[in-house]
Amino acid sequence: MPSLSMTINGKQVTKDVDPNTLLVQFLRENLSLTGTHVGCDTSQCGACVVHVNGKSVKSCTMLAVQAEGSDVTTIEGLAQGDELHPMQAAFREHHGLQCGFCTPGMVMSAVDLLQNNPDPSETEIREWLEGNICRCTGYHNIVKAIQAAASEMRR
Amino acid sequence: MYAFEYHKPSSVEDAVAALSGKDDPKIVAGGMTLLPTMKQRLAAPSDLIDLGGIAKLVGVREDGGALAVGAMTTHAAVAGNDLVKSRIPALANLAEGIGDPQVRNRGTIGGSVANADPAADYPAGLVGLGATVVTNKREIAADDFFTGLFETALEEDELITSVRFPVPQKAAYAKFANPASRYAIVGVFVAQTDGGIRVAVTGAKGSVFRVAEMEQALSGNFSADAVAGIKVPADEMNGDLHASAEYRAHLVTVMAKRAVAAVG
Repeated sequence: MPSLSMTINGKQVTKDVDPNTLLVQFLRENLSLTGTHVGCDTSQCGACVVHVNGKSVKSCTMLAVQAEGSDVTTIEGLAQGDELHPMQAAFREHHGLQCGFCTPGMVMSAVDLLQNNPDPSETEIREWLEGNICRCTGYHNIVKAIQAAASEMRR
Repeated sequence: MYAFEYHKPSSVEDAVAALSGKDDPKIVAGGMTLLPTMKQRLAAPSDLIDLGGIAKLVGVREDGGALAVGAMTTHAAVAGNDLVKSRIPALANLAEGIGDPQVRNRGTIGGSVANADPAADYPAGLVGLGATVVTNKREIAADDFFTGLFETALEEDELITSVRFPVPQKAAYAKFANPASRYAIVGVFVAQTDGGIRVAVTGAKGSVFRVAEMEQALSGNFSADAVAGIKVPADEMNGDLHASAEYRAHLVTVMAKRAVAAVG
């Protein structure tokens, strides 16, 4: 079983894992970081989105060993202590959720969008969310929350 | 997912060496098709050879009158690359339309081309632009590379290292996307190249193909009207729950018109 090292939410982690362990399994089962969800397990829904070296990826479609040496950020790594990340705060303020299952992936995907495009239009937000599915169909407030976070983060 | 041995070579030579003597090795690039297939246990390679450690395979550079795109360059990197955007904007546009942002952050041109999915976008770009697939052994013209459904001219121990795209005068890609997966139900790439007009279609048949009748019509009169009356037969078209063979045949003409109009 190979030894695997990466930085997760700023902390160095070293564990032995089987090569056929998915990154999302590694996060949830080996590290108990259960904020990253498994929705469809078929690369469609985006509930498992995390950042690897600053870019959003689907952690159900990447092997843990492929993230060797990488810098991984999960939903647990966004807040600074008790202070929510502006995207998390905006999702709460604008009720960008219904059941909340898709929310971690939505937030991680939206944070990546604003890294690429700090002032996205509504259309650009909706296009970016192509890979994030909300089964409650609550997209309207999700889009509003992302717009609000974008405006807050540009200040 | 079944167990496998994992290898992460740091050079193309080491990757090729890692392929030999294995029971059933597979190369993984971005893994956007292979990993879901392995999760469903439809593929069970004995060994996985990850090209993610070969820095030389990443990036876009000018190569004479062409752009050479490294095999491990992601769709997002092609879509956002300044050289691609300025020299072949249609190719940047094609890459931008693949899957979703997270797929584009992992999926690579080499993986897509080697996989030769009948509904993938890149095959239309490669054949439409008259690109050349460069491997560790030789160079293969795109016209000769895609040989059938998930089939290519690649040999067992052959790795794509880059794809070389000649810069066209003008080009455009029009796709009728599956609304769920964003795979092409039909995608048509039209280019005005030094070798003449090229029209390449993906999504419609088992493999990408050119439409000679459209290419000839556009050579005389480059306008959407010139292709409006050209129908392709539905006989060999794919038919599935997303679109019948007849509908796909219809879409080839519609997407060709849109691509020609977008070329301008």
